Amino acid sequence: MSSAVHASVAGGVAWPASPSRAEWERRLLIAAAMAFVGAFLVLPLAFVLASALRNGFAAYVTALADPDALAALRLTLVVVAVAVPCNCVFGIAAAWAITRFDFRGKNALVTLIDLPLSVSPVIAGLVCVLVFGQRGWLGPSLEALDVQVIFAVPGIVLATTFVTVPFVARELIPVMQAQGRDQEEAALLLGASGWQMLRRVTLPGVRHGLVYGVILCTARAMGEFGAVSVVSGHIRGVTDTLPLHVEMLYNEYQFTAAFAVASLLVLAALLVVVVQSLFDRRRRAASPA
Amino acid sequence: MSIEFIGVTRRFGSVVALDRVDLVAHSGELTAVLGPSGSGKTSLLRIAAGLDPLEAGRILLHGADVTTMPGRERRVGFVFQHYALFAHMTVAANVAFGLDVRPRATRLPAAGIRARVRDLLAQVELDSLGDRYPHQLSGGQRQRVALARALATEPSVLLLDEPFGALDARVRKDLRRWLRTLHDELDITSLFVTHDQDEALEVADRVVVLNRGRIEQVGVAEELTRRPASPFVSEFLGDARRARPVDCVQCGCHMAEAGTALAAD
Repeated sequence: MSSAVHASVAGGVAWPASPSRAEWERRLLIAAAMAFVGAFLVLPLAFVLASALRNGFAAYVTALADPDALAALRLTLVVVAVAVPCNCVFGIAAAWAITRFDFRGKNALVTLIDLPLSVSPVIAGLVCVLVFGQRGWLGPSLEALDVQVIFAVPGIVLATTFVTVPFVARELIPVMQAQGRDQEEAALLLGASGWQMLRRVTLPGVRHGLVYGVILCTARAMGEFGAVSVVSGHIRGVTDTLPLHVEMLYNEYQFTAAFAVASLLVLAALLVVVVQSLFDRRRRAASPA
Repeated sequence: MSIEFIGVTRRFGSVVALDRVDLVAHSGELTAVLGPSGSGKTSLLRIAAGLDPLEAGRILLHGADVTTMPGRERRVGFVFQHYALFAHMTVAANVAFGLDVRPRATRLPAAGIRARVRDLLAQVELDSLGDRYPHQLSGGQRQRVALARALATEPSVLLLDEPFGALDARVRKDLRRWLRTLHDELDITSLFVTHDQDEALEVADRVVVLNRGRIEQVGVAEELTRRPASPFVSEFLGDARRARPVDCVQCGCHMAEAGTALAAD
């Protein structure tokens, strides 16, 4: 998305004849954009960091070293480690099928991939409870097998995976469309197996889209609150992810601790943005297209 | 190695792209399939390569029935109209691809592959460009890389889909003479598809004229121009001198370049 914005901004606009007026308009627009970004993005983030450090760095570190906070961090990483690869595999398979073949239900599949974006995450969590919960469809059989999904780690992973389904597939579909079938057919006729074709031709050809998808998917999986909140059960140190833990601490008036944990998510988000822009720059340097 | 089409039929829904086509491309010959757009010529080539299915008929390569054999096992060289080079690989890696993907037991050692790539690049006169990426090359250079890549696995059959269609007029003329020379040097059976009458008549040993999925006439250039078998052949070959820009619009190739060619004629 951001690349499209870059392109349209860099596209070049022919300014009207009066240079002084044009210059003035340009400055006003830039100032408005900057003010907006400052008020709604930079200020809150700065506030989070400032609040976290209000009682000094030692208090900050103590808050982060709390066993429950560490457990929340660990659980969040586990969720990311499962949800992102799952959605990678699904996203690649779905994008490939959609861009390479015509089949019944293709349009339905395209629409369904977007569903998690249009449905409220709370509904997504609720659906999980209805299917896997004690009184849900699969509840009795899961209980017989002694598997607990809801109010346990599997449910959190499931809910997060559901919510992050669209990201990889959405990024890949347009780039795979642009890539076309030619290179794959050439690879096959040169004797490559299906797996060799995928690994050596298809995926390297769409690697930029894939990396973007993985970045967005990871960011969302770390930050998901609504769906996870419904299925988690909020068991401190067991089914608490970072966003849930922040809320819990905040509700208990432990503001410093809440903002300290929140700052982890902010730092993760900043890292994502930095990685993305580095990647963007390298990509622009690598190919003129 | 000969290529035989026996009663080959291909449909897209209710549209018949190929209607019981019987055709033999003889061993060692350079055969051109010539026809307007929509005549089914590219379908014919893709079926021979195993890229497209066929509703009826059989394909024989050197007498062996390959109708149900997947494309990757047919060992044919294929050159695509838009090159289909692997954009993220260097020229050398592109050419080496067919050798790299072989199972370990039959794969050449790395040094052997490098030497072979060097020879192939020399053969297509691109010795110094092995480290470049496809987007750094001109259209003519890309098409020669595509050819080198197709020849790397030493196929005995070479299939070319409008190989010069996306190139400008002058490069096209040079390349087609060069292709003819290359074909004569290699012991190979070539089948190439084109909508350009001059190209077919100048380069090919034999020309197959295709119209609406049926073969109108097969013969050497002289036969086709002296004794056209149908009004269509006569008109289509006559068009070579008159209305080429119009044909080119239909085929989607560069009209401006076709216009230049006409003016130059």
